[in-house]
Amino acid sequence: MSITPYIVLSAILFTIGAVGVLTRRNAIVVFMCVEIMLNACNLGFVAFARQHGNLDGQIAAFFVMVVAAAEVVVGLAIIMTIFRSRRSASVDDASLLKY
Amino acid sequence: MTYALLPLSAAGEGIIPVVDPSAADGLFSLLWLVIGLPLIGALVLLLGGPLAGLHRGALDKWGHWLGTITAAGSFAISLTLFLALLGRDESQRQIGQELWTWFEVGSLQVGMDLLYDPLSALFLLLITGVGTLIHVYSIGYMEHDERRRRFFGYLNLFIAAMLLLVLADNFLVLFFGWEGVGLASYLLIGFWQHKPSAAAAAKKAFVMNRVGDIGLALAIGLMFATFGSTDFAVVSELASGASEDTLTVIGLLLLLGACGKSAQVPLQAWLLDAMEGPTPVSALIHAATMVTAGVYLVVRSNFIFELAPVAQTAIVIVATVTLLWGAVLGCAKDDVKKVLAGSTMSQIGYMMLAAGLGVAGYAFAIMHLLTHGFFKANMFLGAGSVMHGMNDDVDMRNYGGLQKMMPVTFVTFAMGYLAIIGFPGFSGFWSKDKIIETALAENWVVGILALVGAGVTGFYMTRLMLMTFFGEKRWNDGVHPHESPRVMTVPLIVLAALSVLSGVLLLGNWIVDFLTPVVGVAAHHEPPLPALAITAIITLTVALGVAAAWFLVGKREIPKTAPTEVSFITTAARNDLYGDQINETLVISPGRHLVSGLTTADRVLVDGTVEGGAAAATGLSALSRRIQNGYVRSYALSIVGGVLLVVLALLAVNLA
Amino acid sequence: MIAFWILAPIMVVSALGVLFVRKAVHAALLVAALMISLAVLYLTLEAPFLFVVQIIVYTGAILMLFLFVLMLVGVDTTESFVETIRGQRATSIVFGLVLGLTLVLVAGQITLGTVVGLEEANSGGNIEALANILFSRWVFAFEATAALLITAALGALVLAHQEKTVKVTQRSLSDQRMRDYAESGKHPGPLPAPGVYARHNAVDTPALLPDGTPAPSSISRVLVARGTVRSAPAEADRVEKFARELGEPQRPSTAESSMESNSDTPAASAEPGTEGEQA
Repeated sequence: MSITPYIVLSAILFTIGAVGVLTRRNAIVVFMCVEIMLNACNLGFVAFARQHGNLDGQIAAFFVMVVAAAEVVVGLAIIMTIFRSRRSASVDDASLLKY
Repeated sequence: MTYALLPLSAAGEGIIPVVDPSAADGLFSLLWLVIGLPLIGALVLLLGGPLAGLHRGALDKWGHWLGTITAAGSFAISLTLFLALLGRDESQRQIGQELWTWFEVGSLQVGMDLLYDPLSALFLLLITGVGTLIHVYSIGYMEHDERRRRFFGYLNLFIAAMLLLVLADNFLVLFFGWEGVGLASYLLIGFWQHKPSAAAAAKKAFVMNRVGDIGLALAIGLMFATFGSTDFAVVSELASGASEDTLTVIGLLLLLGACGKSAQVPLQAWLLDAMEGPTPVSALIHAATMVTAGVYLVVRSNFIFELAPVAQTAIVIVATVTLLWGAVLGCAKDDVKKVLAGSTMSQIGYMMLAAGLGVAGYAFAIMHLLTHGFFKANMFLGAGSVMHGMNDDVDMRNYGGLQKMMPVTFVTFAMGYLAIIGFPGFSGFWSKDKIIETALAENWVVGILALVGAGVTGFYMTRLMLMTFFGEKRWNDGVHPHESPRVMTVPLIVLAALSVLSGVLLLGNWIVDFLTPVVGVAAHHEPPLPALAITAIITLTVALGVAAAWFLVGKREIPKTAPTEVSFITTAARNDLYGDQINETLVISPGRHLVSGLTTADRVLVDGTVEGGAAAATGLSALSRRIQNGYVRSYALSIVGGVLLVVLALLAVNLA
Repeated sequence: MIAFWILAPIMVVSALGVLFVRKAVHAALLVAALMISLAVLYLTLEAPFLFVVQIIVYTGAILMLFLFVLMLVGVDTTESFVETIRGQRATSIVFGLVLGLTLVLVAGQITLGTVVGLEEANSGGNIEALANILFSRWVFAFEATAALLITAALGALVLAHQEKTVKVTQRSLSDQRMRDYAESGKHPGPLPAPGVYARHNAVDTPALLPDGTPAPSSISRVLVARGTVRSAPAEADRVEKFARELGEPQRPSTAESSMESNSDTPAASAEPGTEGEQA
């Protein structure tokens, strides 16, 4: 059983996640898209772990999950505070840091 | 010019003497005091005013006496030194005094050294003697000026600078004195700086002198490049080994410097405007000292000019043009001081002519310089005395019939007048006669022109005399002419006596022999006519000029205002022969255009490039600034674009 | 592979759905479907531990967190699909397509050789094998994640925490003033202004109390410390002098005092002269 389809799927999911980050404006949805991208990477890690018969890939996926969890916690807290002060969850509204 | 092709005669004649001073000892170690006294006077008078705070006003009370005493002391030392010099053997008459090393740069070592030789000795006597008399005269003339102390400080500074000029042992120290003279003349011409015309005249004199100074500075630079030194001794020794082209260039540059200082064409325009200064200044600058510096420079640099005949020819041309130019100006002016200024220009032209004639003329140049120093100072001070009595009016058309009101002034002025026109027996007769004689002997064209100049001199000086002292009274209302106080008339009397008697210098060819150690022995040329015939012709020419003046001015009524319907030549002469306009057209106007062109180029090219670059950077920044729009998604897009680039690049590298 | 071919389209469709649904809740549900499908794929890839973790951590914890925040922010908020940044959407799609195509093509083209498989590695059980590696080779990274997680938790606490503020009302302020008066005798009303009753309203002149004594509380403490306080009664006298000098008509109440001092002021002595001129 070749892992090529898994890799292709991983690439497709990653790309879809990236496009989602670029086009959606709701900060929460943007975060979901980031999660899709991370999961696509995880799929690649796990697939390659099987390809090489080495569990390090699974360990890497595990770490990605841990970091993703931490990131989501902090990120959502930030979204909360922004929403509290601006009554908006749009990433475009937080655009004061510019020229 | 046939003169330029004149071969140098051999054996004893035409040998250019080398400057080789012996160390100053005994009496001559006082040499530095000649400069030191007036310098100290100047320092005390100029710096002491604010310093003497405790006795404020005290310095103003006796400051003029201090100035006069320092000048007189300087004269006393000069006289002593001169007598001591006479007592020496002819070969021992060059004395050097090394004061200190001025500066030392690489191989150039310049000492603040003095050289005392017959040429310097005569100048010392003239400068300090006439200077002292002018100091005395100024005590009376400047009595009501509240800045009299400062005036005497400037006078002392001027004398010190001039003495340094003539006592210098090398060209750089000479240049130092030269610049000091320029500075002092600027301060003195513009002494009444509250008058805009005086301020402008001072500026004009200063700037035109700077033009000449460039020539002198370049000449000194060239000398250092050629001979490795600027000492008279070294240069005079090595000059014969240098190429004639180099010497010609040096000579022409020196001539430029001399033209600036001595108001020779084409740098003559400042002299007439310089009459804005107080009259004693006019006497000091235009008779005894500053304007003679150019003649001194040429005579002193004889070891260069003798080897550069082209430069000598240039001197002769410049001098001839100037002597006629000044004479023409003198005929048309109504301002008594400007007539005298024109005549000064003309007489300096005679001196330069003599100096340009080479060894044969040097001694006569100095001779005429001395006699002119006396009679011109006499006449300037006389004119000042007249102005003093006429409420500072300078227009001769408002004078007339003054000989009864001012007997002393009239008599002394008449002595000067007779001297300058060359009345037989008076000093000017002897000196001018010799110059014209020599000129005729060397080149008859120049000689004839000089002769014509002498005739014109007779004309305008007679006109001056007639308009001022004779005829009917044309005084303005409220003017009560009176004789000047004793302190002013005594110097006049002394100078008048010198004007009459200084012809004795020529007795037994004395001055020529005296100056031989400096300028060498002249090759003898037989004049085209016997000397007596030439003298007769000159006297006749002068008599013609005097007669013309008598018939044109003395016999007619002199209008109170100058007639406007006059010939073209008169109009031109009244306008200084358009000297200012020539300068304006040839130098100032192109210069102005050049500067405005450069300014425009600077603005368009340099500023344009710099500011354009800045504007381009600003524009680019404004464009790139828009990339930072604050939208996170926009930044994320950039990141994805970067990822894409990396992926494609990796792919391309792998496929290649 | 059957599971893959069934799940893969579901995953792609859910992922695409995230791009297009208008409501964030729907997106969250689609993501949940994606996560669960992914978990199953982990199972097919011989990663049972990750299968469990994926379901518990992602679908259980993280997505629940997402939903929780969505509740706070507002479930109903729909997002406008009008793009506000010029060229953003088109460029994003182009970039996405090119990137996706490139990756897919490359991934499809490469040959990876025979699959080793994890039978050997997982021989003692997947979880035990992972634990072996994690606590030996990756132990420092594992400890670092502990620090990361604690930091993240603290950060979330700090960011989400909101200080409770007590609102001060007029009523409570008034009560406090009365309490202060009862306890320490502090004056409950406003301080007297300087110059009140003093016929002089300069800031350095104290107000006069009804009994005629100056009120010290009407003067700034700074002026008292400097010693530049003026006397109110004295000022009152000077006011009358100024009025005389200005030639104003005297008020009846002060007429007596002005008559007393009429002769000793220069201004007053000058008055008859001017009157005489007028006459």
